[in-house]
Amino acid sequence: MNIETNLKTLIVKNPLKLDCGKTIKDFPIAYETYGSLNSQKDNAILVFHALTGDQYVSGTNPVTKKDGWWSYAVGPGKAIDTNKYFVICSNVIGGCMGSYGPSNLDSENSNIQGTNFPVITINDMVNAQYNLLDHFGIDKLFSVAGGSMGGMQVLQFISNFPDKSKTVIPIATTSSHSAQNIAFNELGRQAIMADSNWKEGDYGSNNSNPGKGLAVARMAAHITYLSKKGLQEKFGRKLQEREDLKFGFDADFQIESYLRYQGSVFVDRFDANSYLYITRAMDYFDLAKQFNGNLSDAFKLTKAKFFIISFTSDWLYPTQENKDIVIALNSIGADVGFVEIESDKGHDSFLLDVPDFLNALKNFLDKSYEEN
Amino acid sequence: MKNEFKVIADLIEKDKKVLDVGCADGILMKFLKDNKNANIRGLEISKEKVQECIAKGLTVIEGNAEKDLKQFPDKSFDYVILSQTLQAFLNPELVLNELLRVGKKAIITIPNFGYWKVRLHLLLKGTMPITKTLPDEWYNTPNLHMCTIKDFVHFVKSRNIKIFKSIALNKLNASLINERNLEIKNLSADLGIFLIEK
Repeated sequence: MNIETNLKTLIVKNPLKLDCGKTIKDFPIAYETYGSLNSQKDNAILVFHALTGDQYVSGTNPVTKKDGWWSYAVGPGKAIDTNKYFVICSNVIGGCMGSYGPSNLDSENSNIQGTNFPVITINDMVNAQYNLLDHFGIDKLFSVAGGSMGGMQVLQFISNFPDKSKTVIPIATTSSHSAQNIAFNELGRQAIMADSNWKEGDYGSNNSNPGKGLAVARMAAHITYLSKKGLQEKFGRKLQEREDLKFGFDADFQIESYLRYQGSVFVDRFDANSYLYITRAMDYFDLAKQFNGNLSDAFKLTKAKFFIISFTSDWLYPTQENKDIVIALNSIGADVGFVEIESDKGHDSFLLDVPDFLNALKNFLDKSYEEN
Repeated sequence: MKNEFKVIADLIEKDKKVLDVGCADGILMKFLKDNKNANIRGLEISKEKVQECIAKGLTVIEGNAEKDLKQFPDKSFDYVILSQTLQAFLNPELVLNELLRVGKKAIITIPNFGYWKVRLHLLLKGTMPITKTLPDEWYNTPNLHMCTIKDFVHFVKSRNIKIFKSIALNKLNASLINERNLEIKNLSADLGIFLIEK
């Protein structure tokens, strides 16, 4: 990874006991901020990124040179208006954009950690990021928000720190990874591990890269982010720069070419071991299990105002799984709003220009902030 | 705000926890929030209406009263409101039971099919009645189970549901319904508003 030297990093001094039992300390959290923190320090929003995201929410990502992953939602005048709010986002631990992850060197022997890196969980990610509040001197966030794995972190955050955010916005997410979710993640991991360049995770010291395996993992995952209808409308059976089928295994169809492209650009910016670790963290996520099977108990101590959003064509984290969170909250009389947004863009809807979604997000935030 | 909502709002004391079932664009919710300091939630089936509520800063859950009331615990609201929708459910009795389970009290309003204009329309024109309160044609009306004020009173009594207050509404005039004036109110009122408890 070519990470620029101007990366903002917080070195966390406090020891953090991970769920696996290991304790880490003096570890880096790479973060980015947008907008400015007001003098009352009551306008901060902590955004959590999804599986392949990073701290570069908006503007231009200095590594990929592309727009930040949530540019449609975050920026001046946008749904999460950085003229008004102070947005903080950090790279999750286990990631590869500067936070403590498997591509870091081992402090004891200066080797790249690879699979010696501890298996981390969503809980660990959230506990690590909590240190950012102290760093900025923020007693209480105005909001925590995120989609997909970001939504899982949102749920875990408010469960761990019930009085640390006024509002809570889990989007297109689940409180527990389903068998189907785990199955797709396992497919991705096996693709990486089947690449002979993976070398049991030790490719860093061998100067190799399991790019083929990682690309296949990304291709498979990418399909789960889209809807059948969306794919059909965009690609159908259209051919890729050719008049007819070539009777071979080149990318005859546009959809093949598209997926190959998505796989290849992903390899340039993402670490294969990070992909293994982060998907594992998602698979281990089961918030109800942390509370003896009662999801409501995860939220029992919070007075925060929840707003849960799902999308009609999202089959990865479908509406029902989002509604299960709403039901758990209603059963304890929590303050929860819910809307399912009509969109044929699949799970990816939360990252895209979906006006109904962006309007709902903006209205919820702005009205809640007025009531402060 | 329409008169029906003013009558409903008058039935609710300050600082109560209220659920508005079928809250539409949230006008009543907003009024109760601003004027009665109500801790108020809405349940609404239409995505567009849910968006309008969010734009008003209201807490609304997109959902269906026939399926989604079951997630609320027993007596978790002081008041549950259902405005002019009971007749549109496939199983009104089931919904009514759910409202009375979730709410300590329920406020139900029904368009009165016994209203004299409705009766006259059918009698003279011989076609399905269309009035301000019942604006749809027979083929596109959402109403499946029309009833009169008298029907509703008989029904709740037969189910041992307590009626605290029955109000007849005709345009701007609200008046109390009692056993003695039931026949006449059943003829003169466009809308019935009932505060009930089980």
